[in-house]
Amino acid sequence: MRLSELKPGEKGTIVEFTDLEMSVKLMEMGCLPGEIVEVERFAPLGDPIAIRVAGYQLCLRKNEASVIIIQY
Amino acid sequence: MAKHIKIALVGNPNTGKSTLFNLLTGLNQKIGNFPGITVDKKIGYCTLADSRQAEVVDLPGTYSLYPKSKDERIVFQVLADPKNPSHPDVVVLVADATNLRRNLLVYTQVADLGLPVILALNMTDMAKKEGIDVDVNKLSERLGIQVVAISARSNFGLAALKDALSNATAIATQVHGADMNVLAPGAIDQVKHLLKIDNDYLALQILHQHEFLDVYTVEEHAGIEQIKASAGFESSRIQTEETISRYRYLGTVLTGVVKDTGAERKFIFSDKLDAVLTNKFWGFLIFIAILFFVFNSIFSWSSYPMDLIESAFVTLTELGHKYLPNGILTNLLLDGVVAGLGGVVIFIPQIAILFAFISILEDSGYMARVTFMMDKIMRKFGLSGKSVVPMIGSLACAVPSIMSARNIESWKDRIITIMVAPLVSCSARLPVYTLLISLVVPEKMVWGFINLQGLTLMGMYLISIVAAVFVAFIMKFLIKAKEKSYFIMELPVYRMPRWTNVLYTMYEKSKTFVFEAGKVIIAISIILWVLASYGPPSRFKAIDDKYAAIEAQKDSTQISTLERDRSAEKLENSYAGILGHVIEPAIKPLGFDWKIGIALITSFAAREAFVGTMATIYSVDSDEEVATIRNKMRSARNSETGLPVFTFATAFSLMLFYAFAMQCMSTVAIVYRETKSWKWPVIQLVYMTVMAYIASLIAYQLLK
Repeated sequence: MRLSELKPGEKGTIVEFTDLEMSVKLMEMGCLPGEIVEVERFAPLGDPIAIRVAGYQLCLRKNEASVIIIQY
Repeated sequence: MAKHIKIALVGNPNTGKSTLFNLLTGLNQKIGNFPGITVDKKIGYCTLADSRQAEVVDLPGTYSLYPKSKDERIVFQVLADPKNPSHPDVVVLVADATNLRRNLLVYTQVADLGLPVILALNMTDMAKKEGIDVDVNKLSERLGIQVVAISARSNFGLAALKDALSNATAIATQVHGADMNVLAPGAIDQVKHLLKIDNDYLALQILHQHEFLDVYTVEEHAGIEQIKASAGFESSRIQTEETISRYRYLGTVLTGVVKDTGAERKFIFSDKLDAVLTNKFWGFLIFIAILFFVFNSIFSWSSYPMDLIESAFVTLTELGHKYLPNGILTNLLLDGVVAGLGGVVIFIPQIAILFAFISILEDSGYMARVTFMMDKIMRKFGLSGKSVVPMIGSLACAVPSIMSARNIESWKDRIITIMVAPLVSCSARLPVYTLLISLVVPEKMVWGFINLQGLTLMGMYLISIVAAVFVAFIMKFLIKAKEKSYFIMELPVYRMPRWTNVLYTMYEKSKTFVFEAGKVIIAISIILWVLASYGPPSRFKAIDDKYAAIEAQKDSTQISTLERDRSAEKLENSYAGILGHVIEPAIKPLGFDWKIGIALITSFAAREAFVGTMATIYSVDSDEEVATIRNKMRSARNSETGLPVFTFATAFSLMLFYAFAMQCMSTVAIVYRETKSWKWPVIQLVYMTVMAYIASLIAYQLLK
């Protein structure tokens, strides 16, 4: 399942990434495989989304969230 | 050890790095440029415990040494190149104690480069409150470096940090972290051999991004490329492996060092605020309300200090005319220099207030939410949520904002942001607007609390923002994208803005304005005064002869009005007047006369010159009674029709012209520097001027 499919309040564990280049940036920001992510909220217009990961809040666009494969 | 040491501050964004910088250096700082690039280099000086002088450089905030934007690249360039003039003797790594693991990623990279490092754990008081306890001694022992707990916000631990800096050794003491050689063993060894360096990680970094280091020769760069090719060096894959192994290492280091007893608590307040501030309905409404409050405040709070400054300069000019000997020099000093100076100083209250708000909004974390809320809309128009900050920054000045667009990773988003940023009304237009609005819009209150003039001002800003978005939308289809755009950004928790930082920003921006823009404005004022006071000698002589002849026939009571007519005629025949007359046919359909024409010409150097030009022209033009520019402009009459020059139609048309036209040499220069070609600044200059002309034409023809 992809992170972009979660609704606010839902959690999952990062398994892998489908885009290598994007994964470099995401990992530097603390989105590592094994890390738990929780979708906090959507922006007023539904995109981007704010997630809680590695002890802080990160926001990213839905298409970026869709490269993160999670275990729900 | 050297008497003078260089310190670099490195760390993630939002860690209080700049607050620490302000604390360390006080007002003893300056903004410079890194050689060859336009990233602002903030340097300050401080005295250490052992009375050595230290030069402190505040490097841009970054999450890793692999830059995501142009701005962040400077961190790698300064740290990896020993010949860089800012290459530090010791790095102070500022880390947010409330989120240590992510903050230490860049520490491990800096440490692996072999530079002496001191770790400054910032916000330790905040961390404690949130139930995060960091064992500083254990951490220091495990990393092999000095670790100092500080709180830049409450001014705690600064002395300890200065002590640590004076104890810093010239040789790095940190223990080895994760093994970097395994990531690309053959290639790393070959680079070490080629460049005669002995640091594995430096060699690895060079493999990744040697093209940004200009210390190597063309042959060396080619050699590195060859090594990469023959080893099959996959940059992205190796970077992910590096990040994973670093986080694994940090996991071991931090076990037993950080005790977390309910860190979730720190989000409760931010979450509650976010539920309202980024709410579907309230989010945008609050944003608009905040914008309105900002503009209303700029108008109402600045009026008192501005009146004060205005009357101070009037008094100064009066006293000057009274006590200084009459002559050309006195006139040049009072009507050229002092008038120009007055036109500069009068902006200070508005600029200071605007920057105070921008700095409060950024510092509190609200600006990040605005970016978050606006991204989807902005993307529709070919921009990114990250364009919001440069656009809002352009409310102050397009020059630093165009530079700040470097934070936008995608080339297309960045170019479009740069192209439309100067359309957003900057602070240099503010005096033009305020002057013209105060001339034609009555000072009335609507519903008892909304200032009608403030409302008009906000309208001008809205028009400029709509225009910027509209142009961006068109450019979205005209410009081809080079790569994907990203929007991966931290949303910092809400914090009280640090008031000292706000004050520093106000002081720094006002100072920059007075010294940078001020030079241009005063120079233009003097040139103008000369142009307005002198003309072709034959024409001036003809006027003198004509009035001498009339004077001889009239009695003394009429001489004073004659004198006024004579100087008016002289102005019209001066070089400035002639220039104004030349362009008058082109600007007449917009409702402008030749005097406004002169202001338009000088404003192509800088918009700020408008008010100064008006001041100069009208003080040359009017009778001896010294009055404010506003009153002089209000009483200005068209010499043919006898009607006021500044009607609602003319003023509005003029405001639109200033809103859209590219009248700023500094912006043209910065766009050239940032895009590395004349193509973009030329396109920008042309489209903006055409747009300004058409908008003014339509407005004047409809309203007159």
